[in-house]
Amino acid sequence: MARIRTSVVAGWFTEDGDGFRLLGTRCSACASVFFPREDVHCRNPGCRGGELDEVPLSRRGRVWSYTDSQYRPPSPYVTDPELPWEPYALIAVELESERMVVLGQAVPGVTVADLTVGMEVEVVPGVLREDAETTWTTWHWRPTGVGR
Amino acid sequence: MTAEVAVLGVGMHPWGKWGRGFTEYGSAAARAALADAGVDWRDVDSVVGADTVRGGYPGYVAGATFAKALGWQGARVTSVYAACASGAQAIAAARAQILAGLAEVVLVVGADSAPKGFFRPAGGDRADDPDWLRFRVLGATNPTYFGLYARRRMAVLGDTLEDFARVKVKNAALGALNPNARYRKRVTAEEVAASAVVADPLRLLDICATSDGGAALVLTGMEFARRHGVAQPVRIRAVSTTTPRYPTTVLDLPDIATDSAAAVEPADETFRASIVRGAYEEAGVGPEDLSLAEVYDLSTALELQWYEDLGLCGEGEAAKLLREGATALGGRIPVNTSGGLASFGEAVPAQAIAQVCELTWQLRGDAGDRQVAGARVGVTANQGLFGHGSSVIAVR
Repeated sequence: MARIRTSVVAGWFTEDGDGFRLLGTRCSACASVFFPREDVHCRNPGCRGGELDEVPLSRRGRVWSYTDSQYRPPSPYVTDPELPWEPYALIAVELESERMVVLGQAVPGVTVADLTVGMEVEVVPGVLREDAETTWTTWHWRPTGVGR
Repeated sequence: MTAEVAVLGVGMHPWGKWGRGFTEYGSAAARAALADAGVDWRDVDSVVGADTVRGGYPGYVAGATFAKALGWQGARVTSVYAACASGAQAIAAARAQILAGLAEVVLVVGADSAPKGFFRPAGGDRADDPDWLRFRVLGATNPTYFGLYARRRMAVLGDTLEDFARVKVKNAALGALNPNARYRKRVTAEEVAASAVVADPLRLLDICATSDGGAALVLTGMEFARRHGVAQPVRIRAVSTTTPRYPTTVLDLPDIATDSAAAVEPADETFRASIVRGAYEEAGVGPEDLSLAEVYDLSTALELQWYEDLGLCGEGEAAKLLREGATALGGRIPVNTSGGLASFGEAVPAQAIAQVCELTWQLRGDAGDRQVAGARVGVTANQGLFGHGSSVIAVR
């Protein structure tokens, strides 16, 4: 039986329309952008609060910094303790038009040795893990210099 | 300038991995602080506990837990939680009670019993909890955030791995002199370089451990101290417990993203710098007045960051300050004479209180082999998860 693809968090990204995008919200009164999405009230203290409309974030940004996780993270990160731990890189990415930094895992196979601060990366669909019924989907950052 | 409160007594239970309950460490520290102050527990008007999330319900109501362990005597009780800044919030609550005339003698206690390995969020599925989400979605442990800051400093300011190792070498040498420290062995730069990478570029010996420990203070009004026969007590002159200002520009624990600066121009100074500025303004002192500083070296690289946030040097000059020996014992402005988190490991609710214990011993001239000659003004600096500033200035 095919696994059902489910977002690890609902409403943070979309694969519909013109490709994969992170989804935030934008205040209709002051144009502040929020990711993770803010759906209750604008958090700009100088804003009376407008409608918070869903908005896709920029596809591309530049590496603000990066690191990796050489040891298995604890729960609630889900891993199979039977399998050897495979370190992955984490990339904090500066989005120019939103003027914000968004953290994410790097695509599998990209290590810290492949990264530099300021390098251009793009957001791509990724798989966080799979269990019997479900493929849990997430976002990954991938250097634009790396082939598809 | 705000009115002052006296630090009449300080006490600690040594840091370690003792495997016992937090109540025991906190009570031992409290008894030591009361003995140091020469104050009977039954004469304490108010007890303020810095909470631990690891002790179950007794940890969430630590003030009452310590009061019961010391023997119920009817004191006013307060319990506070602000992650790593819990201790500073406990001190702030105690000071406010004294300055408002609600209490004259206040006991402040924090203690923790830490688990093995990485800190992790409390159990359960909580998709509305940023701390839970960063683990669930990214596996982003605390050291990965430390790794991001360290790499950013290397790329933007030119810090090197050798600079980071020098922080550990300095702090381990000081911790070797401190009977309350968990790690009391000197460390070489070669040993740092040979330890395993945890979160690139940081290695095991760049990152602070998690520890058991307890720390306590007896704070009183100035008039009480005089009546008690202490003419020149160490005084707390400022407690800064500020929050960030929108929009934040540094990716802080436990967030997955910063605020967006698309609509509002960020402040010129970072959150960390604003915490310390708040303390300087309240105390009416500046970095040039400091005799010593205790800063939160969760990682070696973060200690360097604090030098700049404290104004001990300009941006990007921290590694130079360290290399010149200015922040070692005997230097112009010794930092982490206690040995810092590098030598203690973090016992979360006790740590900001332990920082004030070290300032007090130094300002009294009771710091033994770690003594900073002629210490008059000391500052602590710390930042708690979720936006809790913490900085205390003590003088004598």
